[in-house]
Amino acid sequence: MLETILQTTPLHPKVEAANLNFYYGNTHALKNINLILPDKQITALIGPSGCGKTTLLRCFNRMHDLYSGNRYEGEIILDGSVNILSRRLDPIEVRMRVGMVFQRPNPFPKSIFENVAYGLRVRGEKNRTTIADKVEKALRDAALWDEVKDRLQDMAFNLSGGQQQRLCIARALATDPELILFDEPTSALDPIATANVEDLMTQLKQQVTILIVTHSMQQAARLSDYTAFMYLGELVEHDRTEVIFNDPLNKQTRDYISGRFG
Amino acid sequence: MTSSSLNAIHQSVSRRQFISQSFAIVGLLGILIAIITLIALILQMVLQGAPKLNWQFLTSFADPDPAIAGILAAWVGTCLVMLVTVTAAVPIGIAAGVYLEEYAKKNWLSDLIEINVTNLAGVPSIVYGLLALGLFKYYFNLGESILTAGLTLALLVLPVVIVTTREALRAIPNALREAAYAMGASKWQMIAHHLLPYSMGSILTGVIIGLSRAIGETAPLVTIGALTFIAFLPESPIQPSFPFISFEWLKAPFTVLPIQMFNWVSRPEIEFQTNAAAAGVILIAMTLSMNGLAIYLRYRIRKGLKW
Ligand SMILES: Nc1ncnc2c1ncn2[C@@H]1O[C@H](COP(=O)(O)OP(=O)(O)O)[C@@H](O)[C@H]1O
Ligand SMILES: [Mg+2]
Repeated sequence: MLETILQTTPLHPKVEAANLNFYYGNTHALKNINLILPDKQITALIGPSGCGKTTLLRCFNRMHDLYSGNRYEGEIILDGSVNILSRRLDPIEVRMRVGMVFQRPNPFPKSIFENVAYGLRVRGEKNRTTIADKVEKALRDAALWDEVKDRLQDMAFNLSGGQQQRLCIARALATDPELILFDEPTSALDPIATANVEDLMTQLKQQVTILIVTHSMQQAARLSDYTAFMYLGELVEHDRTEVIFNDPLNKQTRDYISGRFG
Repeated sequence: MTSSSLNAIHQSVSRRQFISQSFAIVGLLGILIAIITLIALILQMVLQGAPKLNWQFLTSFADPDPAIAGILAAWVGTCLVMLVTVTAAVPIGIAAGVYLEEYAKKNWLSDLIEINVTNLAGVPSIVYGLLALGLFKYYFNLGESILTAGLTLALLVLPVVIVTTREALRAIPNALREAAYAMGASKWQMIAHHLLPYSMGSILTGVIIGLSRAIGETAPLVTIGALTFIAFLPESPIQPSFPFISFEWLKAPFTVLPIQMFNWVSRPEIEFQTNAAAAGVILIAMTLSMNGLAIYLRYRIRKGLKW
């Protein structure tokens, strides 16, 4: 399946998870996952609720390190060289390269400008023109600039839900990440805001690799180049999106896609 | 539905509504009793102290003659002692709260510490006085000074600051912590850029509530040897010549408003009762303005924060 496709196309893997297992204490939440994210492509993670999509996503920026009792096994190789899960690698270093957008918009209670500038400040950027330029570029890339350019000093909470989510995307973009993780980014948004965010992601794949968790199969079909189907902590099938949606190999995948369970 | 069952519903509803309304009345009565008592107390004190509420009273030292006696040394002492208390209790209390909430592993030890800190807030103040007597006065040899008094009251305020800091931090949604970490922030950056600014309004409120308690304390200060009669002021912290700042005042003997009040109340002369009432009014005014400041700061800092 995917491995053979990757060998026959010019795409190269940006990130590669190999024999990945993850435990919440004694709960074995991810079972022997092998997953390749092709560079500058959108990969969608689908599967019934509780199958481990969020858990897998949060391995890619070591978010699980924040809570005690969590344990990874296996490797996630970035750019063919760095093992993201290596204990000698500080998770902060990983998060400097891998951005994340959460399920519910979570802007900081600061101004719109400060939200987007935050990643730069964390990295010690002091030059005001550089910061202003990068904030503007990120807001443009996130298709939010025209809506907020006259009120950059307003509190972020005054934006609508859809705008807040695009602000969070801009915040993640401002530091030029190589991979962005989206966890059901549109599940709290109305259809119009959803369409905006989807357009945005399609634009973004020019510059960055994207992994998106979604519970909407239409969204996966519309947006993604590759789709991975998970079930009970295992990766059942992973292939080009057309293949998964038109001609999946696995019966479970076929049943899920056709809405027979989930 | 039959008319008899409709009737039963109607009766059941009106019975329960009656109980609800009765409770509202009982609650209202309770509030009224509390408020009326408070107002009566303040009013009585203001009326009794009114003849002494003037500039001369604020700018004179204590005196055997009630007519010219004032509270200069007492209110200056109260302010200076509070200054020491704030300077010591706030940074230590916030640091301890942040450590317990954000750094310490959650296990039986942290639970034990949590229970103890909460209990510390309820320890009688005289016990702090005894601790301070041994620790600050005899062990560290700080004397019967403003410094000793400030540190003693800081011990008293510390648990309140720690507990409010922890509560304020707990109220911040985890999503904001994760958002900061996901941007590559270190733990300290997350705390300094997010947690502290977002919780400062609530923490300051806690600090001021703690200070309002400390400002009226008498027992622990009597224990460490506060004077009741002082006819001079400590050296000013701000000096006209280099280095412009002096810390001599820390070592000065002191008295504070509640001790001055207690001293006057225990005199036989009726005129001193007037003085005590007037000093009480000043003390309440200081407490109320601190509370007002707390409400204002809370409003200012929490504006724009929603959770
Ligand atoms: N913090 C946690 N501690 C223990 N178990 C968890 C935790 N978070 C999720 N799980 C469990 O791991 C499994 C996968 O959860 P999750 O990744 O959130 O699923 P999904 O995002 O696909 O709905 C679920 O069975 C869930 O109960
Ligand atoms: Mg999820």
